Amino acid sequence: MSLSISFTVNGTRRDLTIDDPRVTLLDLLRERLGLPGTKKGCDRGQCGACTVLVNGRRINSCLTLAATLDGARITTIEGLAQGDALHPVQTAFIENDGFQCGYCTPGQIMSAVGLIAEASAGEDLERIREGMSGNLCRCAAYHGITRAVQQATRRMAEAEQEGTA
Amino acid sequence: MKMFDFIRPASIDEAIAAWRPGAAWLGGGTNLVDLMKTGAAQPDRLIDLGRLPGLDRIETGAEGATRIGARVGNADLARDADFARRFPMVAEALLSGASGQLRNAATVAGNLMQRTRCPYFQNPETACNKRRPGTGCDARGGVGDNYAVLGWSDDCIATHPSDFCVPLAALDAVVEVIGPNGAREIAFADFHHLPGTTPDRETALEPGELILALRLPAAAAEFAGHARYLKLRDRTSFAFATVSAAAALKIEGGIITGARLALGAVAAKPWRAAEAEALLTGHAPDAALFDRAAEAALSDAVPAHDNAWKIPIARRVAARALALAARGTPARMPALPASVFAAEEPAHV
Ligand SMILES: Cc1cc2nc3c(=O)[nH]c(=O)nc-3n(C[C@H](O)[C@H](O)[C@H](O)COP(=O)(O)OP(=O)(O)OC[C@H]3O[C@@H](n4cnc5c(N)ncnc54)[C@H](O)[C@@H]3O)c2cc1C
Ligand code: SF4
Ligand code: FES
Ligand code: FES
Repeated sequence: MSLSISFTVNGTRRDLTIDDPRVTLLDLLRERLGLPGTKKGCDRGQCGACTVLVNGRRINSCLTLAATLDGARITTIEGLAQGDALHPVQTAFIENDGFQCGYCTPGQIMSAVGLIAEASAGEDLERIREGMSGNLCRCAAYHGITRAVQQATRRMAEAEQEGTA
Repeated sequence: MKMFDFIRPASIDEAIAAWRPGAAWLGGGTNLVDLMKTGAAQPDRLIDLGRLPGLDRIETGAEGATRIGARVGNADLARDADFARRFPMVAEALLSGASGQLRNAATVAGNLMQRTRCPYFQNPETACNKRRPGTGCDARGGVGDNYAVLGWSDDCIATHPSDFCVPLAALDAVVEVIGPNGAREIAFADFHHLPGTTPDRETALEPGELILALRLPAAAAEFAGHARYLKLRDRTSFAFATVSAAAALKIEGGIITGARLALGAVAAKPWRAAEAEALLTGHAPDAALFDRAAEAALSDAVPAHDNAWKIPIARRVAARALALAARGTPARMPALPASVFAAEEPAHV
């Protein structure tokens, strides 16, 4: 049984035929669309390494069947930078030592972008830690990750104010 | 993963017509897809509810009852300001469950229907009466610490893992369903089943029935001023409950005039503690009263496993949830929802 779906990935429209409905968004991105930036850790929703945005909201791509995504707008780590200009969350992870081995980092960054859009944590470190708890870091870079999210939140709010002023 | 066919109905009628034995409804997939990967669930047809119209709305009717469509996201419900103001312990329970990513994908109906986290249930290589009736129960004498202390049977000692369902039980929610034989309503108390000799019959849903919505009666909002969810877990965030409690009080002139208490992760269903509620009503709130109520809530508890420790812990969680509720609902959602480590927030009134 094959299904036709179309969605956008990082702004590019993709029309796909899915022959096997078992394929997850994670496997589709990595194996078929050539976007290996999204990582597979547990494959069971428990680590957050596979976090991407679907219609602007963070989700675990390992538990999302690709077949459910007809019409969706998907953003992966590859879609954050504008040319050579990094996204403020990416910059903040570098400036705050938000990683060591880097394996969890794409998921951490996508989760942080989603969290900032949810606007529920602000710059409160405790709320940031709670909001980022779906992303595990085996290297325990949590201190830097939390500071990075805080800095990016502040800078993005400042940039928005300048933009509207 | 076993192969299945994938159906995307555009209407409720089409969805009902697409159902047949072996089919499963697909909500956010955060539980079902996981269990299909382990092999514990093997549907041969998935019916994706993502295109059904009208299931994503939160509506408050003229009489003040709130109706939550089956596909409303767990995060969307918790963050709906009006909903969280009227039913604060439901919002707190939702935000204490899973992670930001999972709450975005998970639907409210899927949360009700999620399966136990019993490790033997999840592993198709083991004996499990719930997964395959008549095979036995490897959890008994096995490992794990999430087993029941109330309402269990020799055939199954598993618990229901949901946080959301605990305040729903306390607040007398109603489940609206539709199936091949038409629409009906199920009181929350009757929705989840205790195992008895049929642990595979987990809910009151008949084959082919679909949840359309949940309803909270207007009276449930009368507890908004004194309502808390408290959840003990192995780590501060992103962990299932060891034991949890939803506690809500109506306090008028220094006297408790209405009380609701339900416990989570102690039984195969959220455990409503009616005796404790009766005991609280008519008295001034104080610590000794809350201890007596907690004692009553657990009076029938018997360890199903190596888990006698859970009974005193459940008592303390219940008493503490009552004390927190008496103090008043916080004006703002605590930074660590439902956590015993949450800083004290100024109360609402
Ligand atoms: C790592 C992890 C941690 C978690 N932690 C917590 C936690 O701390 N607390 C907590 O409460 N939960 C937790 N969860 C569970 C999570 O809340 C559930 O997986 C989620 O609520 C299920 O919703 P869903 O829409 O994704 O359901 P699905 O996975 O799509 O479906 C689950 C079940 O519901 C059925 N179903 C779906 N919609 C309907 C409908 N409309 N009518 C009838 N049946 C339907 C499906 O057929 C299936 O049997 C966790 C999950 C994971 C993976
Ligand atoms: S406790 Fe219940 S779910 Fe767990 S193995 Fe036994 S029968 Fe299965
Ligand atoms: S790979 Fe998806 S959460 Fe771990
Ligand atoms: S940086 Fe190594 S796992 Fe997070």
